[in-house]
Amino acid sequence: MPETLFDKVWSRHVVAAETPDTPAVLHVDLHLVHEVTSPQAFAEIESRGLRVRRPDRTFATLDHSTPTLPADAAGERPYYTPASKAQVEALEANCARHGVSLAGWDSEDRGVVHVMGPELGLTRPGMTIVCGDSHTATHGAFGALAFGIGTTEVAHVLATQCLLQRKPKAMRVTVSGQLRPGVSGKDVALAIIARLGFGGGSGFVIEYAGEAIRSLDMEGRMTVCNMSIEAGARAGMIAPDETTVAWLKGRRHAPKGEAFDRAAADWLSLRSDPGAAFDAEVEIDGPAIRPMATWGTTPDAASAIGDPVPAPRDASGEKALAYMGFASGEATTGHAVDVVFVGSCTNGRLPDLRAAAEVLRGRKVKPGLRMLVVPGSEAVRRDAEAEGLDRVFIEAGAEWRIPGCSMCLAMNGDMVAPGQLAVSTSNRNFEGRQGPGSRTILASPATAAATAVMGVLTDPRVFLEETADV
Amino acid sequence: MSEPFRALTSKTVVLSQSNIDTDQIIPGRFLSTTTREGLGAHAFHDWRYEADGSPKPEAVLNRIDPAEHRILLAGANFACGSSREHAPWALLDYGFRAVVSTGIADIFTSNALKNGLLPVVVDQAAWDDLAAHPDQPVTIDLETSTIRRGNAAPVAFTVERFARQCLLDGVDTLGWLQARLPAIEAFERQKEAL
Ligand code: SF4
Repeated sequence: MPETLFDKVWSRHVVAAETPDTPAVLHVDLHLVHEVTSPQAFAEIESRGLRVRRPDRTFATLDHSTPTLPADAAGERPYYTPASKAQVEALEANCARHGVSLAGWDSEDRGVVHVMGPELGLTRPGMTIVCGDSHTATHGAFGALAFGIGTTEVAHVLATQCLLQRKPKAMRVTVSGQLRPGVSGKDVALAIIARLGFGGGSGFVIEYAGEAIRSLDMEGRMTVCNMSIEAGARAGMIAPDETTVAWLKGRRHAPKGEAFDRAAADWLSLRSDPGAAFDAEVEIDGPAIRPMATWGTTPDAASAIGDPVPAPRDASGEKALAYMGFASGEATTGHAVDVVFVGSCTNGRLPDLRAAAEVLRGRKVKPGLRMLVVPGSEAVRRDAEAEGLDRVFIEAGAEWRIPGCSMCLAMNGDMVAPGQLAVSTSNRNFEGRQGPGSRTILASPATAAATAVMGVLTDPRVFLEETADV
Repeated sequence: MSEPFRALTSKTVVLSQSNIDTDQIIPGRFLSTTTREGLGAHAFHDWRYEADGSPKPEAVLNRIDPAEHRILLAGANFACGSSREHAPWALLDYGFRAVVSTGIADIFTSNALKNGLLPVVVDQAAWDDLAAHPDQPVTIDLETSTIRRGNAAPVAFTVERFARQCLLDGVDTLGWLQARLPAIEAFERQKEAL
């Protein structure tokens, strides 16, 4: 029987098959851990006298609670609260006790968990990857089955390297045709979510296919898969191809030499067979996608920049518009923006920073507007600095910070003030996500940078065309 | 390990807004904790408190006695967003034992079931009926998998069978998985030999 990519990866990891009474026992190849969702899991296994069963398949990083300003002369880091510091220290101690490798403060590998995993080649096609974090779907860009789990399940994986899972349904989203210049992976992601609706992917693993998806680089594919959860889906996947193989070659944890060639041959076999059945199919016209931005307080409330905000469908939609201070029928491009954030596991990678820098080079951030640029990992920071991107940002008037989740979820003290309007390259525009009372517009790095220059939400093609004309 | 759950009769609290996300249930800045306890104080924090920390008198969750309102009746697509298990921990610690909606996010459902917070999905008609009678006690019976308002006709709901059994019997799922370790080890030997 023809199988989907998802079927193939799933069946390789079934230890015990699902029955009507019991879920499948699913084996996990890679368990990524961060400081926020793990302390209670370590405590749980320790209370039972258990140890991390496969420290060789467990990798930890510090990202959510970490300050993005450097330590002071005495080496003290400017933690938001003592609790943030305690959380970081708890992970350091847990990893030390259980022999788990931690990309800690002193590591040049440290980064946002979903940026770091692929960079190190920990993330590879055909794997099952879990993390106590809903954006684990990011790793699906490599043809891995990657999904977020809760802390109780983190304890399950720490103790047994397995999870109890019912097999989700399969959806294919095909984005056909070529993308227009100036349209990025983020715009594709927002267009997909706008089409599916906020809960439209609930119960599904989504395979993204089609020419427009294939044309994305790995970073763009990660952006698309990253936001699968914003349509309610458990995971997003993209079949490995030559782009995937080339990206992985030479990564630290990727196989070497002949072993790499053998692995690559296997990876390239991981694709949906012709005629494989999906429980749902959605088609999207790639060339019709324009730079996108959100106008509500859910990520599906998105449309092309400059389009009028549609009339609210219900009371919740009305509440969202009232919160944002937008009116239906108007374009949101007239509202002064206070803060621009470039970063996160959605858009904190090198090509994202390049796209933002391309717009900012030789230009200035609008006076009074605060722009924060936070690389997704130490590797991204090193590469960006080697190219001089940090100079571009700083000369334009932006702040260049050290890696972490930062203003994506605002638990490290990097916050948008109450009532302020932010344009953010992250993935969630929920009420108060970026700080109590904060208002968030989600958009691509190029859009964020164009907005920083103009002070209002701006279609970045204005600048790109200008540059091209010169 | 979760407490067993068999049946519950209680008044409901209605939060009719759809798409109540996990950042509303427990904002990110309260996730800096290394224990499960005490999160109820921050449940729906920004709905319940002003920026200066004073309680909002109009907020329904500040007006009720949580001990009498163990059931949260929430709008569609409840608890979408993050995988933070802090969301069910906060709701349980506040006093809820069940959440009723027309749709509940996947990861939250899984997390809630593991902690003894029962997610109940009903159709719109049943939801509307419950929302129209917030003061009437509602009985949720997991053994029969039905929800009933007062003496109205019971409405059936489904819960994943294994999770249901675990809740009824108080089964320890980690212990259950550990009992599969011989099969897990055999699987790994076979796979890693490849
Ligand atoms: S960058 Fe944002 S979405 Fe990504 S892991 Fe960090 S907090 Fe979560």
